[in-house]
Amino acid sequence: MTEHAAPPQTGTLQLVSRSTYIKESLLRSLFFLCAFVFVLAVALIFVFVGWKAWPIVADYGLWRFISGSVWSSGTEQFGILPLIAGSFLVTLGALALGTPLAVGTAVFLSDVASPRVRSFVRPAVELLAGVPSVVYGFFGIILLRSIVARFTGTLGFGAFTAWIVLAIMIVPTIAALSEDALRSIPEGIREASYAMGATQWQTIYKVVVPAAKIGIIDAIILGMGRAIGETMAVLMVVGNAPVFPKGVFAPLSTMTSQIVMDMPYAVGLHRTALFAMAAMLFIFSMLLVATVRLSSRLRSRS
Amino acid sequence: MNKRVTNKLALGVLWGAAILTVAVLGAVLLYVFVNGIRVISPAFIFTWPHGVNAEGGIWPTIVATVYVTALAMLISTPIAVLAAVYLAEYATQGRIVSTIRFAADSLASVPSIVMGLFGFALFVEAMGMGLSMISAALALSLLMLPIIMRATEEAIRAVPKYMRWGSYGLGATKWQTVSKIVLPAAAPRIVTGVVLSAGRAVGETAVVLYTMGQAVNMPVTPLDSGRPMTVHLYLLAVEGINLPAAFGTALLLIVLILGFNLSARWILRHYRKV
Repeated sequence: MTEHAAPPQTGTLQLVSRSTYIKESLLRSLFFLCAFVFVLAVALIFVFVGWKAWPIVADYGLWRFISGSVWSSGTEQFGILPLIAGSFLVTLGALALGTPLAVGTAVFLSDVASPRVRSFVRPAVELLAGVPSVVYGFFGIILLRSIVARFTGTLGFGAFTAWIVLAIMIVPTIAALSEDALRSIPEGIREASYAMGATQWQTIYKVVVPAAKIGIIDAIILGMGRAIGETMAVLMVVGNAPVFPKGVFAPLSTMTSQIVMDMPYAVGLHRTALFAMAAMLFIFSMLLVATVRLSSRLRSRS
Repeated sequence: MNKRVTNKLALGVLWGAAILTVAVLGAVLLYVFVNGIRVISPAFIFTWPHGVNAEGGIWPTIVATVYVTALAMLISTPIAVLAAVYLAEYATQGRIVSTIRFAADSLASVPSIVMGLFGFALFVEAMGMGLSMISAALALSLLMLPIIMRATEEAIRAVPKYMRWGSYGLGATKWQTVSKIVLPAAAPRIVTGVVLSAGRAVGETAVVLYTMGQAVNMPVTPLDSGRPMTVHLYLLAVEGINLPAAFGTALLLIVLILGFNLSARWILRHYRKV
């Protein structure tokens, strides 16, 4: 790691003065420290959230916590199975709605759109990513919820409304990353396909998309991470009832929304239960990142 | 089916997907704009909220949002830029570097509620900074670090090798080359990254909810608490009180973030030619 900052060769050839050498290596250490802040931050999150969550494992029982089906702070019952079910119902539905739209938009941007159309659609997708989640939640609670309520005769809170809001939110994530993957496919592969007499669509779905498959899957995984960790927008439209979802139009809770609902008044074991859910969310998001890194390593090796 | 017909149909579907995406953006923006523009006035921007329904303006929340974003930028920019300098110029591939990269990726994907609880446990409670601008800024800067670092690293890698060779050829040291040649050349793209990350910080809600507090307050010192625009919007929306003010706040938030995004674009386009 030290071959970069040329060390003073005592005796033979003095490249830089000793003071310059010391200054250079001090700066180098400073930069390394800055880079190490990232590792430190992740470790701190892990340790601190884990420390606050530990009583759940020690006093309550991890299995009882994960597999319990009643969440009730009044009776000190903290089973998060209904919340996990809620999180996955909301996330998977949003992925089912959002993925085709996002991948379609990505293919459009990389292979179909003319440069002029692209220069309009691409910034729009980026702006969609920039809108804060609380604004999406606001949009969902005011407009979408009342539309859903009118058509179903319910209050409009529930998984269905959350699907639409979350689908809108993950489209830019998946679309931008998928487009990067699609554009990294060499132009020559497309030209070879056209030379064989394939149409543009045949080229897209038989050649380009299969070649970018891993990159697109990575994009969907990261979109899933965004959806499962999303808090404010989901919180505002799911209705917040910590029970097993009774259909897609009934109120439910997710892990993230329950943390925000309970945090203002939670004390003691109740608060540690909230930190334990945060720790689980953190571990899950790290697992998704690790999966993506692993798959990109496999891709670069093959 | 004829392959040309299939082709036309499939391309039509792809056009449809792109149009739908743009239409959704248009719908969200238009809905907030149409409902919000009626509320926006100098009085709405520059006066305090008062009364049970938060009548009046939102001035302290704007100040709190800008304050905490600026503070978070000051904290995260130097660390992230120097970290990127290390990764792009100094580091050799190895276990430490891949650990740092994994940490950066993890930090970028930490759910914001987790960051909020972490900030609450560490900065607010354990370090005794209380619900304050500095607690919120520290928690936000953790979210901004990976964004700025990634942008800086890409910017540094885009600086042509021969510029470095020229510098070394004149006898410059590593740090002289980095500080006088590489960083100035990469500056526009670094600034773009910083501005984009600030836009992200402005829109963050769950992080600041537990680190900054919810009381309407005009922050002066970094240890003061306050209520940012996003939390104000959240509280107005879920309590269903004073919807016009909620629309006004949402519109100002979007305008602020659009401003950050567009100026980032402008910086990139303007200085790239030089």
